[in-house]
Amino acid sequence: MLRIQYSDYEALRTHGQETYPNECCGVLLGKNIAGEGNHVRQIVRAGNTRTDSAHNRYNIAPQELVRIQRQARGLGLDIVGFYHSHPDHPARWSKTDFAEAHWLGCSYIITSVEQGKAVTTNSFLLSGTGEENKEFEDEAIQINIAHSVAETVAHNQKGQA
Amino acid sequence: MKIHIPTPLRGYTGGLETVSVPGTTVNVVFQQLTIKYPELKQHLFTPEGKLRSFVNVYLNDDDIRYLEGQQETAVKDSDELTIIPSIAGGVN
Repeated sequence: MLRIQYSDYEALRTHGQETYPNECCGVLLGKNIAGEGNHVRQIVRAGNTRTDSAHNRYNIAPQELVRIQRQARGLGLDIVGFYHSHPDHPARWSKTDFAEAHWLGCSYIITSVEQGKAVTTNSFLLSGTGEENKEFEDEAIQINIAHSVAETVAHNQKGQA
Repeated sequence: MKIHIPTPLRGYTGGLETVSVPGTTVNVVFQQLTIKYPELKQHLFTPEGKLRSFVNVYLNDDDIRYLEGQQETAVKDSDELTIIPSIAGGVN
C-alpha cells in the first residue's frame, strides 16, 4: 500500500491540472517500510522534457533526477516513486509506461485529467526482480488526512500562542 | 570513490545507498563495483557487456556518455558516480 499525505496527494493532482493538456511529472520522496510499502513524505515537481509530444509523453531529465536524488539524500529520504498525468486518458498504465518503467519496488502514480480537471488517481507498484519479470501491480493508496489535519491544528495553535 | 546507488538496486548492495570502490577510470570502478556486488552486473550491463540503455551514469554532474573518454574517463577518489535509471512514459 502507498501512503501519502492529503496535501501531497492534492498537490500532484493540481500539477496535472496546471500542465493540461500536457502531461505533468514528478518524484515521490519517502521511505519504504518493510511489510507496509512506500510512505511518501514529500513530492518534487519535475519538468517534462518531451516538449515535442508533451500531450502524450513525459520524460524527466536524468540530470534533474540526479539533483532530486541528492535532495532526497540530504533529507534522509529515498526516491520511492514517480507521478504523472494522462490528459483525457484513463488513469491506467500504458504500454509506454510499462516499457519505460525501470524503478523496481517503486510506486507509479497516474492521474487522469479530463478537460483540465483531475478525476481519478491510481497507483501501480513495479514489482519483480529485473526487466525480464517486472510487472505493474495495482496498489491501494492510503491518504493520510488525520495527520494533515493534526499538523494544521498544531500549526494554528503555535501561531496563536 | 563514492558511488550512489538508486533505490531499486540497493537490494544488491546490502541496502547501502552509497558504496565506495577504488579505480582509476569509470570502467575500472565499474569492474570493482561488480566484483564487490556481483548481482549488480546483470542490472547494469547487457549480456554483451554494454551499459543498459535505460541506465544513466553521472560522473559528478556529467553524463558519462557525453564525456570525451566515456567509460575510459579518468577518475579521482574525490569524484562521485551516480547511477540513475531513466523515467519516462505516456498515455499510449
